[in-house]
Amino acid sequence: MTTPWSGAALAEAIEAFAPGSTEKSHGGDVWLKPEAAFMVCEGLKSRPEFKFDLLSSVTAVDYIDHFEVVYHLTSLPKNASAVLKIRVGLGRTDAVVPSVVPIWRGADYQEREVWDLMGVRFKGHPNHKRIMLWEGFPGHPLRKDYVTYDQSIVASLAPDDGAYAAGSETAVEPGTAGSQPAPGAEA
Amino acid sequence: MAIKTQPVTVNLGPQHPSTHGVFRLRVMFDGEEIVDVEPVFGYLHRGSEKLAEERTYTQIVTLTDRMDYVSPMLNNQAYMLAVEKLAGIEPTQRGVWLRMIAAELQRIASHLVATGFLLQDLGALGTPLIYAMRERENILDLFEMLCGARITNSYLRPGGVFMDAPTEFWLALDRELVDIVNTLDELEEYLSGNEIVFSRTKGIAVLAPELLINASITGPMLRASGVDWDLRHRNPYDYYDRIEFKRILHTASDNYARYWVRVQEARESVNIIRQCVAQIEPGPVRPSFDDVPRLIRPPKGDAYVAIEGSKGELGFYLVSDGGIAPYRMHVRAPSLINLTLLRDMLIGGLFGDLFVSFGSVDLNMGEVDR
Repeated sequence: MTTPWSGAALAEAIEAFAPGSTEKSHGGDVWLKPEAAFMVCEGLKSRPEFKFDLLSSVTAVDYIDHFEVVYHLTSLPKNASAVLKIRVGLGRTDAVVPSVVPIWRGADYQEREVWDLMGVRFKGHPNHKRIMLWEGFPGHPLRKDYVTYDQSIVASLAPDDGAYAAGSETAVEPGTAGSQPAPGAEA
Repeated sequence: MAIKTQPVTVNLGPQHPSTHGVFRLRVMFDGEEIVDVEPVFGYLHRGSEKLAEERTYTQIVTLTDRMDYVSPMLNNQAYMLAVEKLAGIEPTQRGVWLRMIAAELQRIASHLVATGFLLQDLGALGTPLIYAMRERENILDLFEMLCGARITNSYLRPGGVFMDAPTEFWLALDRELVDIVNTLDELEEYLSGNEIVFSRTKGIAVLAPELLINASITGPMLRASGVDWDLRHRNPYDYYDRIEFKRILHTASDNYARYWVRVQEARESVNIIRQCVAQIEPGPVRPSFDDVPRLIRPPKGDAYVAIEGSKGELGFYLVSDGGIAPYRMHVRAPSLINLTLLRDMLIGGLFGDLFVSFGSVDLNMGEVDR
């Protein structure tokens, strides 16, 4: 069985080699300060007590007043796992975290995906470009303030004759077959 | 006098039979040699993670079918394990055994597709692919008996599966397990010792194990380099701790090793299914609606669960705010992450090996782009 590190134990172990780098811990999670994150990750990978050689997953969550970047780490030799979180972009300012690509190459596409869909910047990423959507796409769709089914975007993607644009006779009236169900509606 | 050459950039895809879906590779060639590669993703991006935010936990199962559409049962399984962890649902015994049988059948089907298409990429047009697809077709027939669907299964529910297997399923499964072994024997007889397969795959696109781990590459690709890392064994979920199975390892870490590991793993899955069938007992296939309501409201919090998918570590990260739909869903897609080393595999190689190496990664565009 993979042993998950408890948040408190991991925070203590991190503080031992990088004093003042953690914000808090709760359950199985440790919150890092963004400016110390790179150094902590380097230590987690190379130090014999951790040996987190595989970065399982990088993702981000939009909590409206801030973003949270979430790292899931795995150690193959120790068969252990850990969860790191970084809170950035407080008050919806620019969200920037250091890129961990120099430590784990596996973060390459995952960080690009987070930038593309969530709009969190990764400082020092060797190829900081969008991955799923094209350059010039308006906004970052996974943000909570992104307007889904935005008719102005639909219109901008439509052919020149405007057949698919908002307000044309093809637009579906609410409540008729084919219209969008209300978000979260129960089936 | 040496002939002067000029590098040429060629776009391979998005519509190309060998790209296994809609995928574009921008490749710079110097003669036949590959100088630079840039993968371009997103042609199949449907925003599944965003769509999940406005669907109930049970409705999202249908979205997971459409991610890796060559192994929907495994996607269902990974997603349901994450929901169960988040909501604290205890699955029923028979439900778990049934989903393990479905998942292992799916793994065989997925490995057969990977093997068939790899040989198609090698230039063996048609025959091996049809052999592999013929057997996959029989597995899909079994799925049809289980849940009425062949590819978009949506078979699993929180705590189990939505209906029990019909009586005739067990007979058909017994017959099919024999057929699968026969097909694998047949494939191997023609291919595993084939001189052409050897010369085209051995020693090509070799990747060091340390590099694979550093690039977060998991699954058959990692095991083909000799790293013993299988989540079914290292972090058993469902009832994999009650199953005995061999971990398939190869040390060459080349295209042949990746092919070989997949074929042997398919054999091992047959062994796992037989053990599941021997241990399954009658009982409810999912908790009653009093225990697990149709509309689940997990407590506030988050959960990450990873399983050994057919391509590697398939993980679901769910965040709940206490509502009926997840606040955020993220899929750790092995198909996308396994492409991280594509440049290392291809640059310096020849054009003829490009699609073979690419096929040996075994990716699915539905999962890469989601």
